[in-house]
Amino acid sequence: MNDMSNDSYVTDDGRTIGPTVMEMKNITLRFGGVKAITDISFDIREGEIRAIIGPNGAGKSSMLNVISGFYVPQEGEVWYKGAKRPPMRPYQVAQQGIARTFQNIALFEGMSVLDNVMTGRLRQMNSGLFAQAIWKGKAEKEEVENRAFVEKIIDFLEIQSIRKTPVGRLPYGLKKRVELARALAAEPSILLLDEPMAGMNVEEKEDMSRFILDMNDEFGTTIALIEHDMGVVMDLSDRVVVMDYGKKIGDGTPDDVRNNQAVIDAYLGVAHD
Amino acid sequence: MFRKKLTHSLKQAPLEVEESFRRFWLAPAGFREEDNLAQSSQATGGLSSIPALLQRNATQYATKDAYREKEFGIWQTWTWADTEKEIEALALGLINLGVQEGDFIAVIGRNRPYFYWSMVAAQSVGAVPVPVYNDSASEEMEYILGHCGAKYAIVEDQEQVDKIIDIQDSLKQFEHMIYIDPRGLRKYDHHQLHEYSHIQAQGRAARDEWITDLEARRGKLTYDSICVMLYTSGTTGKPKGVVLSNRNVIESAKNSSEFDNLGAGEEILAYLPMAWVGDFIFSIGQAYWTGFCVNCPESAETMMTDLREIGPTYYFAPPRVFETQLTNVMIRMEDAGKLKRRMFLHFMEHAKKVGGDILDGKPVSFMDRLKYKIGDFLVYGPLKDTLGFGRVRVGYTAGEAIGPEIFEFYRSLGINLKQLYGQTEATVFITAQPDGEVRADTVGVPSPDVEIKIGDNGEIYYRSPGVFVEYFNNPESTASTKDAEGWVATGDAGFFEEGSGHLRIIDRAKDVGKMADGSMFAPKYVENKLKFYPDILEAVLFGNGKDNCVAFINIDLTAVGNWAERNNIPYASYQELAGHPQVLQSIQGHVEKVNESVAVDPMLAGCQIHRFLVLHKELDADDGEMTRTRKVRRAIVADKFKDLVDALYGGASAVSTETEVTYEDGRKGSISATLTLCDARVVPVASKVAAE
Repeated sequence: MNDMSNDSYVTDDGRTIGPTVMEMKNITLRFGGVKAITDISFDIREGEIRAIIGPNGAGKSSMLNVISGFYVPQEGEVWYKGAKRPPMRPYQVAQQGIARTFQNIALFEGMSVLDNVMTGRLRQMNSGLFAQAIWKGKAEKEEVENRAFVEKIIDFLEIQSIRKTPVGRLPYGLKKRVELARALAAEPSILLLDEPMAGMNVEEKEDMSRFILDMNDEFGTTIALIEHDMGVVMDLSDRVVVMDYGKKIGDGTPDDVRNNQAVIDAYLGVAHD
Repeated sequence: MFRKKLTHSLKQAPLEVEESFRRFWLAPAGFREEDNLAQSSQATGGLSSIPALLQRNATQYATKDAYREKEFGIWQTWTWADTEKEIEALALGLINLGVQEGDFIAVIGRNRPYFYWSMVAAQSVGAVPVPVYNDSASEEMEYILGHCGAKYAIVEDQEQVDKIIDIQDSLKQFEHMIYIDPRGLRKYDHHQLHEYSHIQAQGRAARDEWITDLEARRGKLTYDSICVMLYTSGTTGKPKGVVLSNRNVIESAKNSSEFDNLGAGEEILAYLPMAWVGDFIFSIGQAYWTGFCVNCPESAETMMTDLREIGPTYYFAPPRVFETQLTNVMIRMEDAGKLKRRMFLHFMEHAKKVGGDILDGKPVSFMDRLKYKIGDFLVYGPLKDTLGFGRVRVGYTAGEAIGPEIFEFYRSLGINLKQLYGQTEATVFITAQPDGEVRADTVGVPSPDVEIKIGDNGEIYYRSPGVFVEYFNNPESTASTKDAEGWVATGDAGFFEEGSGHLRIIDRAKDVGKMADGSMFAPKYVENKLKFYPDILEAVLFGNGKDNCVAFINIDLTAVGNWAERNNIPYASYQELAGHPQVLQSIQGHVEKVNESVAVDPMLAGCQIHRFLVLHKELDADDGEMTRTRKVRRAIVADKFKDLVDALYGGASAVSTETEVTYEDGRKGSISATLTLCDARVVPVASKVAAE
């Protein structure tokens, strides 16, 4: 795999990976005197599954928060779809087509699964407050269209049986799936997953892996994910960025990364200066 | 697998019952013409196959709903006219793909309209549909697909496709696979793999080319053509392929529809496995015969919600479904407010008293009727609606024994729940309970056109138009099951009750023995009665060739543990709880109650339990004491616990024993225990001698 070139290529399993859609250039993020991220650059290409891994405290979630606009880095540039992105609010980033899930689930607990997923369609609803209130014309048409789209996602993630269940009553594994559904409902051009498998048992992990692969395959969604489970990361992703103490220590295909001495040291542990 | 085991008492068994007891000739309104057509179908060739019925329905019920499936949160609907078009497109596509007459086509998936259409499309082109359980492991599929030599398979999704790809190398004859759900399959090699909608599209495109061929093939179908092949689950040995002809299916569907007055207005929910003969008869046989609508749930998990939304008028469920629903109701009532709970208990008490009688049309006083009406408005109606039974006109349960209390609960609510007894080999129906003659302990009278006789050993034999053609490629088994005159051995022992003419089933014929005095020993009969108590999980009765019977009992840890918790009874282990004096006392009470009810029947009164013990360990499949499907292996238990059986017959009041156990990781260990042997009161059986 050639990281330098920006040409499309076809993977061994027949998926087309397009040109770079997002590029992080020399990102540095500080909290007061603490450097969370130091001078990190990498890119995300269209249609790929890109993983960010690293030990605890390596700065993975901070990186994801930079991408989603939650943090604004002190140094460095974020390039999205060929243009430099000015500092933005998270909702503006979302409007650009970047959706995310959270490490510690952030759903509306009192609302049903269906309503939660519908909120993911907010970006696609333009009718005015008045039209929505009387639910006529455009508002009605929009709701029907969006509901149809949401139903496709409910079907896709196999959560039909909990459609009308309040999220608060669901077990953890299903909440994760609902969160994924909401992110997917936004038809994102990049989907950010923050530890999608955390706290899941083997079977749930397998299901989630299958959903991630199928999502990428069916909808061509570009996915950037953070994950601790190395087995999962190596199986799922096309390319992996490895972080340690806020620095990038490796970048490449799962095989490259697996044989990278710096990565092995970070995971197995060596004395740090 | 489709077998009813019930608890009943035994009177004199008539050796042969030559005539059907009862026939219902009340055809659904507007249906007499079709009846006549069907009866002369051999002569006219008119309605002698399922595809022929489809064409009739497409004309007669063109705009009536035939199939519904909930997808994307909405019930998608197909009328009979739509259905015919869908099936024709698929049939043409199959011909286009190269399907020949006589080919076998495996159909593997959960209940969806597409699979029902696949079966009828297969029949239309002269092929034989073979529905396979969709949860089968690939080895089981390998056996079935290899045994029938299936060349094609129509499957649901990636999961099934993967299973077949795994075994494809060993299936020499296998050619093409068609899948419904393309998800995850885009990158697969599509040389032998096709998407269902593409096959249909190809069929539509090539209509001019193949329609004459299709019509010719359809025209060749007769009453004796194979309609479907169903594999029995086979508790012993390999599954057997039961071949059913159009005659079997159509006659059974016609008779049973008339028996229960089923008409085109019925709604059913198709949720039981498609490879099971019952689903084939309900969702294809009867649906095509009467033209009623088959509803498919959105997914297996949404079945209960979908049931409620559809509100079927004709419903079938195995006893465990009714049990689970009842348990859920009870748990939710525990959590309900005080007023609701008191209202529920009050009116359920009344329903228990008069509900069944009202349903059976027996005389009930005006005041009781009025109170029942009020109860219906306040409790029964809303409850039935919540359960999805608000519109059920005919409901059946079968397959295994249903607890009388569970059965009565549903009936007292006004749900016409009945029992039937059937087998794959009979195209389901052997006996069924007519309206108004329903009881928990019988399986009803012979179904229309079914003759039944009882063999010398008590085994039930039947002969009917539904009797299967043969076991595919297995003449030995066919010959040992069906004799030259067409009588089929059920393997179950039973008898006809005097007076009512209802069949009662006692046990598997091979398990029925004789006691020392020559009276009948029917262990399952007594064990089932014991198992209806929630705190008894398992029971094993001994007494073959002996003067009296003794029993082992396993307590149900969940129920008894719960009871102990509520009564502040501390216990450290299963063993300790099983030996607790209060537990023994309550079990003794159950045993004595069972003895009383067994004694009612002179023929079985000898099976009363004289002594029993509560086992110190749960019978377990890992220790070989049970099958994986949780059936007790009688001989092994008798052998392994020989010391305990001897002690029970020996008359001691306690016995020490040591038992080998296998842990889940395969290690062995042993547990020792001192068990109390209890005496149970028995009802004197002087009447038995008189009956002999």
